[in-house]
Amino acid sequence: MSHHTPVAKTRGDRKAAVGNVGRPPVSWALPGIVFFAVFAIIPLGIAVYLSFCDWDGLNSPSLTGLDNWSRLFKDSEFGQAAWLSLLLTTISWVFQTPVALLLGVWAAGRQRSRAVLSAIFFIPLLLSTTAIAMLFHALLDPNFGVIKEIGPWIGVDPNVMGSSTGALLVVAFVGGWQFMPFHTLIYQGGARQIPEVLYQAASIDGAGMVRQFFHITLPQLRHTMTTSSVLMIVGSLTYFDTVLIMTKGGPGTDTTILPYLMYRTGFQTYDLGYAAAIATALVVVATGISLIMVRLSGFGSMRSTREGM
Amino acid sequence: MRSGIFSQGTRTTRWAATAAALAMTGLLAGCGSGDSGSDGGTITAYVYGDDSVKVQQAAVDSFNKTSKVKVKLVSVPGTDYVNKLRSAMGSPNAPDVFYNWGGGSIKPYVDAKQLVDLTSTVENDATLKDGFLPSIMTAGGLDGKIYGVPMRGMQPVMLFYNKTLFAKHGLEAPKTWEDLQKAITTFKAEGITPFALGGSDKWPELMWMEYLLDRIGGPEVFQKIQNGDTDGWGDPAVLKTAQTVKGLVDQGAFGKNFNSVDYGNGGAPTLLNKGKAAMHLMGSWEYSTQLGKAPEFAEKDLGWTTFPTVAGGVGDPANIVGNPTNYWSVNARTKYKDAAVEFLRTMASKTYAQSLVDNGDVPTTSNAASMLSGSPNPQFATDQYQMVEKAPSFTLSWDQALEAQYATPLLTEISKLFAGKTTPEKFVEAMKAAK
Repeated sequence: MSHHTPVAKTRGDRKAAVGNVGRPPVSWALPGIVFFAVFAIIPLGIAVYLSFCDWDGLNSPSLTGLDNWSRLFKDSEFGQAAWLSLLLTTISWVFQTPVALLLGVWAAGRQRSRAVLSAIFFIPLLLSTTAIAMLFHALLDPNFGVIKEIGPWIGVDPNVMGSSTGALLVVAFVGGWQFMPFHTLIYQGGARQIPEVLYQAASIDGAGMVRQFFHITLPQLRHTMTTSSVLMIVGSLTYFDTVLIMTKGGPGTDTTILPYLMYRTGFQTYDLGYAAAIATALVVVATGISLIMVRLSGFGSMRSTREGM
Repeated sequence: MRSGIFSQGTRTTRWAATAAALAMTGLLAGCGSGDSGSDGGTITAYVYGDDSVKVQQAAVDSFNKTSKVKVKLVSVPGTDYVNKLRSAMGSPNAPDVFYNWGGGSIKPYVDAKQLVDLTSTVENDATLKDGFLPSIMTAGGLDGKIYGVPMRGMQPVMLFYNKTLFAKHGLEAPKTWEDLQKAITTFKAEGITPFALGGSDKWPELMWMEYLLDRIGGPEVFQKIQNGDTDGWGDPAVLKTAQTVKGLVDQGAFGKNFNSVDYGNGGAPTLLNKGKAAMHLMGSWEYSTQLGKAPEFAEKDLGWTTFPTVAGGVGDPANIVGNPTNYWSVNARTKYKDAAVEFLRTMASKTYAQSLVDNGDVPTTSNAASMLSGSPNPQFATDQYQMVEKAPSFTLSWDQALEAQYATPLLTEISKLFAGKTTPEKFVEAMKAAK
């Protein structure tokens, strides 16, 4: 098949060829597009359709118009879940970004034992979310967990999972612990791309390490930060497994974030129409936030961070 | 622009499209071939996956030796059971026979006409009709019809306690509310949590509501709710129950951190067997749980009794709540209904009852009483059997008696009540408003 590709290039419309110099034809993306359509677009379309239906999963769905959607805006439980999701997302971002950024920049260097430490930091990402959640659940058991012994020493109430704020912070912490290595890796990659000459020039001009970080590293990592933040925010908005295993949305409903509310409505109450409405709302919000972030950061216009170099 | 996506490199496009189409066909074909097994004369049976599955597996193995149609037992891990069953029943790969709790747990399937009505089958079959305790047989039905055949032991909820702790503090197993209060005060003063409670799992909290409402207002209050009247939650006994719960929580009867203690991973049972908690309200399976976790404790120190009376309550103190037993129901779409019923008949056999007894269960068959002397703990088995036999009423666990659309909000509201996130009054209002 290999000889077809050059043929496609030479035979193609001249104008198009000019615009696509050195790029493969769009058809190369077809398998990806088909796969994405079948496993993402079509199910998403069905979910949107279901959000206008009443469906218990056994009988056929029946159209109920905007019922689910008007219920959504009046439902205080949905409001609480949306607020908790927002809170969790903010806490996660504030907690993960500085640590991942500093670790990533550090890991991009050439220090001794850097590789070994980086490998160790990477381990949480390799574990399954379920295993991590169960591990922390055991550690934080108020009667038999490690927290019972060391909690009082570090000023933490051993019943941290039984308190509203404690439970939410635990969920944010466990998620951060697991995904920080991933963001560290992104920042490490980003920091490695920064041309050495910038630092050399800065050193000659007498800039110290802190100044170099704020005037070279940070601005150069702008796009990396957008990528990492979008992934982090969308990830936190759709965060689910840890909540299911560690808190089951409790105490009361104080860690019932949107995805868990969706799960409870869909797969415990079997009100799949309303659950689809929650899911659709979540998709709209997550997509909206991503688009806004991309727009605000100038990431979308792909302006180079190396302009004028 | 004339040069659309598909105008350039048409051959490449076609090749890619063909390859993608082929790949998709392969995927779809893979999805479709899932149920080819049933053509070979196989009945799929879903069972709740726990330690007792070996008893059902043995029954299946012996059934398969003589039957042409073979039973294939699928053990679904406990926590996922209800979800997996629900998804499967809505798909073409539904099981032919499946484990359930009767009552509300099968109502959606009955409403969707997915279950075989076994009423006439049982009526005309002496083995099935006389094989089980009548109250148990009816408890699994719906609207006077029979949809299931009992297949496991009885599981009443009992008050378990640490005999050594009680003896050490000069207390006896509580019979009345005063006894209970005395025990709470005594143990609290000693720094022992009066009751272990796996609050993070929510359903252990439900057991308190079930017993308190039964003792305060009698079984009729919940019966009304179970029959579909959500105004039943407005009964004064419900409010009193919720207030009693709040009283116990505020009093510290469950300790301070029960919200983050679980049952599933062994939190609450460990509190009891380590002597950190004195009592534990739990289903009769607590005995085998303790036997597995702390055999010495289970054999020497574990005591059990009925739930005490509540001052001013009208419910009969002999009433019990819990799961009468579990049932096999038959999918109306099965190709092998006769074989399925034949398999269900083996549940009434003496051999099957014996294997349940050997497993430490108390069978619901009419002939069980004489076998109990051979149980691993004859005293426990006999007490349990008599408790059920003598009970004027056996209320099915609320989360199984009600359909999921009511049961899930109920569990959430109860969890909020125990966590102090709602008041007894608001609890009643929320339950009345559940759609």
